[in-house]
Amino acid sequence: MPKLIASMRHAVSLTLNGRKVEGQAEPRMLLSDFLRHQLGATGTHVGCEHGVCGACTVLIDGLPARSCLALAVQSDGADVKTIEGLSPDGGHTLGVLQEAFREHHGLQCGFCTPGILMSLDGFLRAQPDASERELKEMLSGHLCRCTGYATIIKAALHAQQRLKEERAYA
Amino acid sequence: MKPAPFDYLRAESREDVLAQLHEHGDQARIIAGGQSLVPMLSMRLAKPALLVDVMHVESLSKIEATDAGIRVGAGVRQARLLDWATRDPRLPLLAKALPWVGHAQTRNRGTVVGSVAHADPSAEQPLCLLTLGGTLQLRHRKKARSIPASEFFVGMMATARGDTELIESVTFPAAQPGTGYAFREVGRRHGDFAIVACAAVATHTGVRLGVGGVADIPNVRELPLPGASDFDDALNQYAWDLEARDDLHATARYRRELVRRLGRETIEEALRCRN
Repeated sequence: MPKLIASMRHAVSLTLNGRKVEGQAEPRMLLSDFLRHQLGATGTHVGCEHGVCGACTVLIDGLPARSCLALAVQSDGADVKTIEGLSPDGGHTLGVLQEAFREHHGLQCGFCTPGILMSLDGFLRAQPDASERELKEMLSGHLCRCTGYATIIKAALHAQQRLKEERAYA
Repeated sequence: MKPAPFDYLRAESREDVLAQLHEHGDQARIIAGGQSLVPMLSMRLAKPALLVDVMHVESLSKIEATDAGIRVGAGVRQARLLDWATRDPRLPLLAKALPWVGHAQTRNRGTVVGSVAHADPSAEQPLCLLTLGGTLQLRHRKKARSIPASEFFVGMMATARGDTELIESVTFPAAQPGTGYAFREVGRRHGDFAIVACAAVATHTGVRLGVGGVADIPNVRELPLPGASDFDDALNQYAWDLEARDDLHATARYRRELVRRLGRETIEEALRCRN
């Protein structure tokens, strides 16, 4: 790859929710802004923008990561999954995690929710049998200023159970 | 908060990286996982002209066992070393300390060497490297050198790395027989930077206690065994010698008390863990 010049926009392509997409980014553009402003994936929310709050969490190559702590150019060629990819049919119905959060009132204003759901999506895939403590430890990477976490944890545990049952039937 | 403009180069080989560092010196910064550097860029505390991305250099992505210990390349992410350490009995301190490094979401991208290079005084990995007596392997375009961690950290976020040097890897010495290891930390939220972090290595004759989060650099000191008559005085003296300061997270007095209490607990756990 040649040197990408600061003042110019450069083509960045990645796989977003299973589809190849391309946009333009200056080297300094954060992945969170690239997703929102170049690719139109505005479900990824931007909170603190220095890696503390977790609202911008997406899956990069299958692993939960802060999109505000990645540069778009670093992610060229990566596989990125955002909240738009969580619904089984592109947004018409809710996925298991989303449904659990709705049922247990795991969200109020909803600003932090996309990030939390993406963390849980990656985490429960990697550790389907994680304990409640491990789940809480993982969720410590997210700040929610509305619910006080109890319902978030309840929803997460419920979703974990549902996903286990789904796998048992599959 | 957006970073100031910079050029970006995705290096394909170590030689690429070294040539860029040679040409641009302190105007260039290495980016690996970016979990410490990108916030610095966004807050404009760092304004490099060029970022050299080392994550696609295959030779830097290895974890290897050598005579000196476990050598961790510049491209090794924290989550990968944590996974390794939980399976490799030679890295008991890292198995205990790495879960405290940031959050799972940042460990998936952040690198071990990146955190050591960043040299935050409250970071866990520099503390572990120092407490274990680890070394760093640095390379310049023409020559390579290895230095002990005790000579690497020279001030708050300041290190002995030369402007044209790449930290190729760090080496954590393997666990020794008859030795116990422990790590404890107090922070506001799990995954936040430590108010005080302690790492301890205990043998049958004495203990070594590393403390992070108090002074500008992580510190380590040899102490007598807790049963000895001079242990309390030695630990208390260590707490004072760290010259804790008040800040918005904690008072100096609270930090000293943590060094005494958390230090003792960590040492006691290390003693219990001796194999």
